[in-house]
Amino acid sequence: MTAITTIEAETETESTAQIMTGAEIVVRALVDQGVTDLFGYPGGAVLPIYDALFHEPRLNHILVRHEQGATHAAEGYARSTGRCGVVLVTSGPGATNAVTGITDALMDSIPMVVITGQVPTHLIGTDAFQECDTVGITRPCTKHNYLVKNVADLASVLHEAFKIATTGRPGPVVVDIPKDVQFASGPYVGPGEARSSHNYHPRVMGDPGKIAEAAALIAGAKRPILYTGGGVINAGPKASESLREFARLTGAPVTSTLMGLGAFPASDPAWLGMVGMHGAFEANHAMHDCDVMVAIGSRFDDRVTGRLDAFSPGSKKIHIDIDPSSIGKVVRTDIGILGDAGQVLDQLIAAWKGARLKPDATAAKAWWGQIDAWRSRKGFAYRNSSELIKPQYAIQRLYELTRGRDVYITTEVGQHQMWAAQFFHFDQPNRWMTSGGLGTMGYGLPAAVGVQVAHPQSLVIDIAGDASVQMTMQEMSTAIQFDLPIKIFILNNEWMGMVRQWQELLHGQRYSHSYSSSLPDFVMMAEAFGAVGLRADHPDELDAKILEMIDTPRPVIFDCRVERAENCFPMIPSGKAHNEMILGEDAPDMGSVIDAAGRKLV
Amino acid sequence: MSAEPPASAYDMGHKVETESLATFAILVDNEPGVLHRVVGLFAARGYNIESLTVAETDAGAHTSRITIVTRGTPQVLAQIEAHVQKMVSTRHVQNVSLDPNGVERELALVKVRGTGAERVEALRIADIFRAKVIDTTSQSFIFEITGASSKIDKFVGLMTPLGLVEVSRTGVLSIERGEETL
Repeated sequence: MTAITTIEAETETESTAQIMTGAEIVVRALVDQGVTDLFGYPGGAVLPIYDALFHEPRLNHILVRHEQGATHAAEGYARSTGRCGVVLVTSGPGATNAVTGITDALMDSIPMVVITGQVPTHLIGTDAFQECDTVGITRPCTKHNYLVKNVADLASVLHEAFKIATTGRPGPVVVDIPKDVQFASGPYVGPGEARSSHNYHPRVMGDPGKIAEAAALIAGAKRPILYTGGGVINAGPKASESLREFARLTGAPVTSTLMGLGAFPASDPAWLGMVGMHGAFEANHAMHDCDVMVAIGSRFDDRVTGRLDAFSPGSKKIHIDIDPSSIGKVVRTDIGILGDAGQVLDQLIAAWKGARLKPDATAAKAWWGQIDAWRSRKGFAYRNSSELIKPQYAIQRLYELTRGRDVYITTEVGQHQMWAAQFFHFDQPNRWMTSGGLGTMGYGLPAAVGVQVAHPQSLVIDIAGDASVQMTMQEMSTAIQFDLPIKIFILNNEWMGMVRQWQELLHGQRYSHSYSSSLPDFVMMAEAFGAVGLRADHPDELDAKILEMIDTPRPVIFDCRVERAENCFPMIPSGKAHNEMILGEDAPDMGSVIDAAGRKLV
Repeated sequence: MSAEPPASAYDMGHKVETESLATFAILVDNEPGVLHRVVGLFAARGYNIESLTVAETDAGAHTSRITIVTRGTPQVLAQIEAHVQKMVSTRHVQNVSLDPNGVERELALVKVRGTGAERVEALRIADIFRAKVIDTTSQSFIFEITGASSKIDKFVGLMTPLGLVEVSRTGVLSIERGEETL
């Protein structure tokens, strides 16, 4: 109905409004939003903005080698700082190349503003050179998006874009700006004076009645568990502090999703490890057997729940989430609390203290006794080797040798990602950047670029696989150009390991197209980029090589040649419940464990 | 827990819940692409659209009203409401079929071709249904009929043997009785 309607901007009559070009408005709005770094790639339809950037010393532009790299770098930047990631790309292929990273940011709730150039308004709809329907393409993969056809709207739209991206459940916002709008002159308004055309007011405080009800339910629990997610990290470092306090008060064990690692310290005795398909044996069993589950900023993803009709069958479920559509989406909730994870945790703590609630000490003793029994099964155990580097061992050594340092970890997607989540431990939030929801191979290397831009003095390591890392390898060139000493630690097993694992377990060992033939020599590749290449083939040389990597003040590609046949365990087989988890020692029977229905699942 | 294995890992295990029709009244900012946002949401998440009407209803406030009739279990209907509410362009959404004071109406234009006794009968039934004749030739009538969807269904059913050749329907509109507003 309104596809061809243009919103006419009210004429700005305030004498205070500065008149500038659309391109200058973009740059000024970024500065006023506190942006210091952005990731981008120039092209015909954004040249005016790049021209304005040329004159703006306050903005540090990182030139990537592919627009997907810009989006992942912005994600890494955002995830490691809590600030908004900013991307600037051109029309057509610039925008379509950014779509993967935009979707990734939507799935993982990463605040990001993506500014895309567009062909001039009079050419829109004519199949012009490098034209695409950017707002049409990105509508389902953004939190919101805009096509700005009138320069008078531009400043307000940009400020609103930042507000939408960073508040409520964070997410990506695309602002598509035709080239003629970038050239046109219009009024600039600052963030304080920006007019919003939308009724956007996310709710952050939880309902007090439900808070009291939830506190009482938790206090009455005999087998409580806190199941936390990325929402706690998005709520800021204070929320992680509150989570620690709440866990202490309630005496409840804590597990977390992949996205939530670091919100609760892995060194705390109440930490159970990650939940889910490749999560900790004790975490999954505790989730299955608990009587009160408190989900905080987590969304009952299928990788967490396994078989839904057998998911934690005996528990009452409290779900705290800032997104109303997450509550009750896949799992029935007994108490749903809409609000910011940090705020609601603080409210729960206040309610707990106010009502002088105490956990049931006798029940807690029994519950922890049961948990210790599960822990004693040592679900992450693997058979080490003195001849070959086991991938788990490589991550363990990487963790031990970087302990106590200021370290940030990114990953690609696959077996190495799960091993990293199992064997690398985090005591602080914002230290772990991984593609959880979308599962984007190629995320980790550009994300490391973004993290290193935000934390130039820190040790930034991408734990990678040989297949994933080739998807965005060209961003090594970005790292060289901007002196970003990222470390790419490749667990090289010459396979798309997780694909191979599923083919082995579910498809009769028919390894259809999962072997990485013609792998490049990663050491020579590093050298070709101007980085440092290292290789370890034997467990005996691993420590020395890792230390050499850490001490190298330049970008490093580390080719860690690991045992090729190793699979990732423990594992909840497809279509099975948390308490049907398979340990590594049971692995040979896996094919018979998964039934026909399970094989159909992703 | 059911004895049968689930069809998928995403199985809700709530098979007892039955689907029902529901009407959502949605107030949105009238801006380019807003209808696509709503329709795209329904398509992407696999929700049905039984009927959809949309028009600007307040030019001053730049708002349009979208009325969608959909079908789903209570859980799906709650999800639809939450997802639509969460869209930045949405001002308000309400499942008006839960409202006992809700009024729903639909308009249809019905073309019937015929001569002789059938033509007379068509006119007689139209009169009973208080349908208006808005166009006539010696071979045809066009009736305009307003009412609940079930009334229009019934009218169309009765016209079918009398030479019904074409139907155009607006889809459902809704509003609340009394002084309250959406």
